[in-house]
Amino acid sequence: MNKILKSIYMPILAVIIAIIIGSIIMLVTGFNPLAAYASLFIGAFGTLPNIANTLANAVPLIITGLGVAIAFNAGLFNIGAEGQYWIGAIVATWIGYSFKGLPWYIHIPFALIGAMVAAGLWGGIVPGFAKAYTGAHEVITTMMMSYVAIYFSHYLLEFGPMMEKGSVPQSPLIKDSAIIPTILRNTQLSYGIFIAIAAALFVYWLMYKTVWGYEMRAVGFNQRASKYAGMNVPLNIVLSLSLSGIFAGLAGAVQILGVQHRLYDSFTSGYGYTAIVVALLAKNNPIGVVFSALLFAALGTGSQYMQLNAQVPGQLADVITGLIIFFVAADKIIEVLKSMFKKQKKEELAS
Amino acid sequence: MSALLEVNNITKMFPKVRANDGVNLVVEEGEIHAILGENGAGKSTLMNIIYGLYRPDSGELKFNGEVLNLSGPHEAIEKGIGMVHQHFMLIPVLTVAENIVLGAEPGGISYNKKKANELIREISRNYHLEIDPDAKVKDLSVGLQQRVEILKAFYRHAKLLILDEPTAMLTPQETEELFGIMRNLKNQGISIIFISHKLDEVKEISDKVTVMRRGKTVGTLNTKETNEQELANLMVGREVVLRLEKSEYNPGDVVLSVKDLTVSDEQNIEKVKNVSFDIRSGEIFGLAGIDGNGQTELIEALMGLRPIKSGVIKYNNNNIEKLPTRERYKLGISYIPQDRQQEGLIMKFSVADNLILKEYKNSQYSKNGVIQYKRVFENASKKVEEFDIRPTDYNLLAGNLSGGNQQKIILAREVGSNPKLLIAVQPTRGMDVGAIEYIHKRLLQLRDEGSAILLVSLELEEIMSLSDRIGVIHNGVIMDILDGKSATREKIGLLMAGSQIEAKKVEV
Repeated sequence: MNKILKSIYMPILAVIIAIIIGSIIMLVTGFNPLAAYASLFIGAFGTLPNIANTLANAVPLIITGLGVAIAFNAGLFNIGAEGQYWIGAIVATWIGYSFKGLPWYIHIPFALIGAMVAAGLWGGIVPGFAKAYTGAHEVITTMMMSYVAIYFSHYLLEFGPMMEKGSVPQSPLIKDSAIIPTILRNTQLSYGIFIAIAAALFVYWLMYKTVWGYEMRAVGFNQRASKYAGMNVPLNIVLSLSLSGIFAGLAGAVQILGVQHRLYDSFTSGYGYTAIVVALLAKNNPIGVVFSALLFAALGTGSQYMQLNAQVPGQLADVITGLIIFFVAADKIIEVLKSMFKKQKKEELAS
Repeated sequence: MSALLEVNNITKMFPKVRANDGVNLVVEEGEIHAILGENGAGKSTLMNIIYGLYRPDSGELKFNGEVLNLSGPHEAIEKGIGMVHQHFMLIPVLTVAENIVLGAEPGGISYNKKKANELIREISRNYHLEIDPDAKVKDLSVGLQQRVEILKAFYRHAKLLILDEPTAMLTPQETEELFGIMRNLKNQGISIIFISHKLDEVKEISDKVTVMRRGKTVGTLNTKETNEQELANLMVGREVVLRLEKSEYNPGDVVLSVKDLTVSDEQNIEKVKNVSFDIRSGEIFGLAGIDGNGQTELIEALMGLRPIKSGVIKYNNNNIEKLPTRERYKLGISYIPQDRQQEGLIMKFSVADNLILKEYKNSQYSKNGVIQYKRVFENASKKVEEFDIRPTDYNLLAGNLSGGNQQKIILAREVGSNPKLLIAVQPTRGMDVGAIEYIHKRLLQLRDEGSAILLVSLELEEIMSLSDRIGVIHNGVIMDILDGKSATREKIGLLMAGSQIEAKKVEV
């Protein structure tokens, strides 16, 4: 118990500090922070539909966040989750509308698995092999592959092979048999939430209980010692990046099958980037990812409500998000602040 | 004689540690004063305080009768305190003279090279420290580089010279030379603080010894009136066995046979050249040599961590040079790598996880790809007890343990698996006397149980006290293989330095 407390205390502290600084900013700019945070909270959790939408928002963040956390655990900075998400979404959409007459229990798994395989290859094969055998840095390769994926989707939808008849750059709707049903009417919450939670439990088990997870983490912490222990380091790099891509792709697929039901032309889903923050705040713990994804999802849904009801610009939620990222990434700063505080106390005692 | 340096009741706290706790030390003029202590006893902290790198929390420093309040090394240097760090602070591409005068160059705006060389010649004449001021530092041997460091101190008019583990990187001959220099300096009235954990060296060179333990000075003795046993006991705080009882040499079959092995480094330079040797069961084969003479490449090749260029490696009469590392482990080979933190352990893994680092895939610890943590923990609690790993909580991260206990994790993993062949590289590096005693005991026990052991060490003392046979490597070549009982320091030293002819003369 103590151990858990110890590990979640820094992220929580980061969130609290971010909220405090957020209130200072609101005070300075003439808003009432209490009213703002109250409406932020009501917007996120105030009513059943609000809760449902927050949960729905969390689904893609949880699953992409897991993907990123896997890579981070293996010491690899996969920042291309966005592109892997798009590949998953593209493949799921295509399977979703191209195959007619399949029962749902075949169509849905087919679309999900197809998306996972495609995204796994996308994220694992090119950046993975490039990293493992030529040393090309995965930050560059995953980011570039991400752009390729996003522009590829533009090509498909803007008068390309996946564009629906007409002039709107979007794909056809997927068949009913491929749709993951909604849990609560008039909300976006689908049974995809169970996929997300199952995925988190699975990744936890995989990373902490299996031989493969042991190897991935070992390679992530210390490649040299892993090599000396007889592990195949390059293989583990490829596998970790693939697995990371698989989950980002699953997120894209679940979002298409459960929420969007078709692929829209857009520059970014944003999930792949927020997922990096989700994983960082969770300290790459798969269970932590669920909670940190919920937090960012709540900030997202709550901020819209806050803008309408407290007249506080929704961008403030982005400011808080930014501050959280800052303090999580720079948790050394918090440590320094803490030690300064302690020192001061000691000096007071001494004098 | 009068006191040159007085350290009165110095205390220095670091977060959670009292690095120096009421330390007292008096160094007289013209005296060689050894500071003896285990790792972490506070020797380096004390020296850094004397040299002005740290400020003490309380206590007083007196130099030449004057209270010192140092704000940095520049002030210590100004007062006449010089220090030679264990790792030299030299710029390899510059000449000897340039390195010595750096920061205090003669001449105005432009550097007066002639004057610098003259000054250095004069100093080296005065202190009998011969050196060529125009030589590039990178072309000098370690012993000569150390001489440059010493000259640096005297160029700045040092009256007190602090030598931090000065013999760690030297061959026995270079060590003797250094001791000669030290005696010379002493005769000229220079005081020297000599930091070491090697008892025999302290006994040989010093006038007085101050022993430190856990941040405290536990006593100052006249070297003549003490012996190594007493010093070791003081250092560790209990009775220590210095000379291990070694049972009869009783070799069995050849376990490892290396023939004409050649290995290159990343730049394709041959680091191991046509090396051949055999190791039998029940024997410790010591590989002596100065650091960087091909030991690393040889061992990595034996473990399959580095490709070989040519040659044969046979283990129990089977060729293994093509097997991957893991397969070699499976055959019963164990390996204690040189760098425990970078190569031997995953610091962010728990002790329990580290204890299965090589066996997690075996059926003993995993089933269908799932690690059986019940068995992992059973193994951990058994090993923690057997090898006395402290603290005993095997869920702690390896990185939170002390160096000695980290090494015990590796030892538990590698020795505890009852290997047929153990390759141990510097197994006691950086360990204190107590831990060394323990590790040596375990190695001898393993030998008596019939394992073959390849012991690679830079510590001649260690090689000589444990090995049944000693191979000496120089520049990638095994110069000679000597019988452990009859080998002498001098002979090994000469071979280490690469002179086979002179070594033969010693034999005659």
